[in-house]
This record gives sequence, structure tokens and C-alpha cells, in this order.
Amino acid sequence: MPAFLASVSSREGMVNAVLAGLLLAAPLIAFTLDEPFYISLATRVAILALAGVGLNLALGYGGMVSFGHAAFFGLGGYVAGIAAFHAFDGSDFIVWPLTLGGTDQLLIIWPLTVLVVAVVAFAIGVISLRTSGVYFIMITLAFAQMIYYLAISIPTYGGEDGLAIYLRNQLPLGDSNDPLTFFFVCYGMLLLALFVSSRLVASPFGVALQCARMNEVRLATMGIAPFPVKLTAFVISGVITGIAGALFADLNGFVGPSMLSWHRSGEIMIFVILGGVGRLFGPLAGAALFILLESLIGGMTDRWQLFLGAILLGVVLFARGGLIGLLAGRARHD
Amino acid sequence: MLEARGIESFYGPSQALFGVDLTVAEGAMVALLGRNGMGKTTTIRTICGLMPARGGSLLSFLGKDIRGLPAFRVAQLGVGLVPEGRRCFPNLTVGENLLATARGAGWDMKAVAALFPKLEERRDQSARTLSGGEQQMLAIGRALMTNPRLLILDEATEGLAPVVRQEIWAAIAAVRQRGQSILIVDKNLKDLLPLADACVILEKGHTVWQGRPDDLAADAALQDRYLGV
Repeated sequence: MPAFLASVSSREGMVNAVLAGLLLAAPLIAFTLDEPFYISLATRVAILALAGVGLNLALGYGGMVSFGHAAFFGLGGYVAGIAAFHAFDGSDFIVWPLTLGGTDQLLIIWPLTVLVVAVVAFAIGVISLRTSGVYFIMITLAFAQMIYYLAISIPTYGGEDGLAIYLRNQLPLGDSNDPLTFFFVCYGMLLLALFVSSRLVASPFGVALQCARMNEVRLATMGIAPFPVKLTAFVISGVITGIAGALFADLNGFVGPSMLSWHRSGEIMIFVILGGVGRLFGPLAGAALFILLESLIGGMTDRWQLFLGAILLGVVLFARGGLIGLLAGRARHD
Repeated sequence: MLEARGIESFYGPSQALFGVDLTVAEGAMVALLGRNGMGKTTTIRTICGLMPARGGSLLSFLGKDIRGLPAFRVAQLGVGLVPEGRRCFPNLTVGENLLATARGAGWDMKAVAALFPKLEERRDQSARTLSGGEQQMLAIGRALMTNPRLLILDEATEGLAPVVRQEIWAAIAAVRQRGQSILIVDKNLKDLLPLADACVILEKGHTVWQGRPDDLAADAALQDRYLGV
């Protein structure tokens, strides 16, 4: 890959490094001050940012405004929850044609999450990507709602009440119950997803994806069919968000239909928009601001979302590059 | 390599092409001529699969029937289009515009940079910030990066300053020199005819004249009849 294609303006690179550094520093400071609550808060930021990184690939780079990413987020959560449920219970997930029990091993749960979410994202993508614009938004929302109501209607897995994960799923090395260890796991996942995203976006595939966002016909006349490119990106995007969901369920020790609800889709979208659509570290900035507002203003008043709304409105009206745009200037493309 | 017989096509219910005959031989440069609104761009769009060919007995490329193929298939077979009005991807850099469509061997970043040194200078700049001439160079470069068997140029020099226009013509001549098959639409006969191997004139969606560029250049009446304004 020629260096000029991967080049990011040095100022944005610096802002990104500072953001990543801050997120790493926060739990370490909390640890020395013996404030485990803030470690879990930083873990939340890392996980929600990861979900945003997933959506950013579809929304920011591919122009696919998916209002159904909670489906992938929640599915990831349910994979972790159901696996843990059966492992705790000693019961089987299915008995025919082959017997599948539960597991509490994260190294099995994560690949399983990838598989399940990829299959579902593929099915949703194949149908949804035949539409565009408002119809795409609505059809992705509709699919997410279908999965939401499916989750509500299965009593085995808690129905409306959700499913508790009594013991956090385990890692082979290290203790996942240790807040700091679990933070590092989530932080590592976030960095990995950011790295994968940056490489994808700079690759011919990523460039074709951005071309598809701008003009599909123009891309087609150059010999690249837009549909498979968009579908692939949609699936990768869903999988990243799904992994975030699996981590989120383990962080909270709980998975419920709320993880699948359309509010959640909106939240993930807010991370991306607040941080900066199509900016690599945008979701991290957005998720961090969201969580900060939620915990700071939310501590003072229940109506903290009023402030969130005002800030979101401000960003949309006056800072279209989002937080990253404010800090690092306009993207080199815009 | 490209052969069209009696091609017809429609914009909705209104017919635009009534019978276009066109042949491009391997390694040849064919000029597609005619006044505005006579069907030149429509012919190109039909060849590229951007609109369906509804009638006609033949539309084949490299011996393969391309009627009804989607645009990306036609492009994969080796038709590289430089559309009218340039149409780069404005939010991508010059380098990304070229990278996006790169395929095959022959034309690569280096070769395109040698053909258009200006693109090399502007590699990290977004395509939106280029001048019209530079965007045209980028559009040609982008099409060449797909290493097409047939390059189609639709009004590649339209609306450009004379100096820039000469640069584009020089590049087209250089590309042709490498044995590239070309189908070109342009109004500037003075520059076009010396380069072309054959000419096709359209009028009201019909092919009305085919022949050698010398004959067309020598026949003022013919030019006046079909091309004069």
C-alpha cells in the first residue's frame, strides 16, 4: 500500500492518539485511586465505541444508514448470554441433530458471535441493500424489531426480563472478573477493530465502498459491481457491532431485549454522528462524550438527554465533522 | 472487437436510437460523430449497459453478446468508459480515484503518472479541488487503470481551454500509439480526424455514414450536411 493513500493528516493522527491515550489512562488512574466504578465506565466507553466503529464502516464509509445495528449488538449479547446460561445450567442448547451445550469460554463465544452475526447480517443485508435511502433505514429497523420481538417471545431465555449471566465468561489466561483485565480485553478489541477499519478503508475494497456511496453507476462502469462490495461491508460492520454486544453482555452480567431495541440503534448512530461520520476515531469520541454526559449530567438530572439533544443538534448544524472535525479540522476528503 | 447492428434503445417510451451500426476493430480508433441530440452518448450508454438495447440484431464485444448485461459485467469484459462531463469521485483523492478501479496489468499508477504528470503532483488532493482539465485527465486515467480492451471517450475535450485541450489530445495520441482500441466522441474534427482510423456519423438515432476520415475531411458538403451547425 503506497503511503500516500494511508496518510492521515498529522493533526487528526494526534487527536486520535490522545483519545486512545485518555481512554487507556482513565481506568489506570481509577485503579490507583481504587475506584472500580470508573474502570467499568471506561470499559463501557470502549465497548460502545467498538459498536460505533462497526456502524461507522457501514454508515460513514459506505453511506448505508442502518437503523438496525442494535440487532447485531443484541445478538452478540444473546450469544454470550445463552452460552453462559446453558453452561451454568448444564443443559443443552440443542440436542438434535447434534448435541450442543453451553460454554463459558470467551474464546469460543467470540467466534460463535462472529458466525451468528455474520449469517444474520448477510441475510438482512441481502434484502435491505436492494433498497436505499429512507427505505433502507426503515427495512433495517424492521428487521431489528423482528429480532427484538423474537427475543421477547422466547421464555426460555428470559423473554421480556432478559437473561442474567451469573458468572462472567472466562478467558484462558487472566481473570475476566478482574475489572482492569476485562477493560484491557475490551480496549484491545477496540484497537483491533480500529486497525482493521483503517486498513479496510485504505484498501481498494474500501475505496470502492466509498465510491459506491458517492455514485454506484460510476463504479459499475468501471467494472465493479456495487452490491457485493456494500454487502461485504455491511456484514463486517454488523460483526464488529456484534462483538461489542457480546462484550457488553459480559460487562453487565446481563442481556435483555433492551440491547436489541431501536433506542440502542439510535444510540450507536449518535456515537457515530457526535464523533464524526466517516472519521476513524469518531465513534470513540462520540461514545466517550455520550457516557460522560450520561454520568455527569445524568447524576444531576434525569433529563440529561435534553442536553444530549442540544449538543447533537449543535453538531449536526454547526460541526458536520463531529467532535473529531472540531478537534482535527475537516477530513482530507471533504 | 465491438460490433453493433441496428441497435435501438429507448428513454422510457421515447425511442432514441433507431438503428445504429458501428464496428470497432482491434487496435483501431473510431470516431463517433453527429450533431447534438443525434444519439452519440445514448449509443455509448447502450454499449456500456447503462440502458438496455431493445432492438437490433447484434451488439457484441469480443464475440460475446453484451445485450442485457449489467454495466459492471460489460466493464469487466474490458470496456472502459470516460463519461461525458468527467465525473470523478469528488471526495476521494486523486490516488484513491485511480486505485479504486485498478485491475489487470499494463496501465498502473506509474504509467498513468507518466502520461499525466499533473496527476502525480496532485495525488493527495481531493478530486473536487482539481481544475476541469485535471479532472478530465483523472477520468481518463481512471478508465485506463481498468486496463480496458476498448476505451470509450465521450466528449473528452469539451469545455476545456485550448492549451489543456492540446494536452488531452497529446495523451489520447500517446494512448493510441500503444495500440489501444478507442471509440471516441468529439466535436473537434481538426484534432480528431488525423488520429481516427474510421468515422461513423449518426443522425436522429441512425447511422447515416461510415467511412475513412480522409474522405470526411475532404468532403465539405458531407460535413455540412451532417455536422455543420
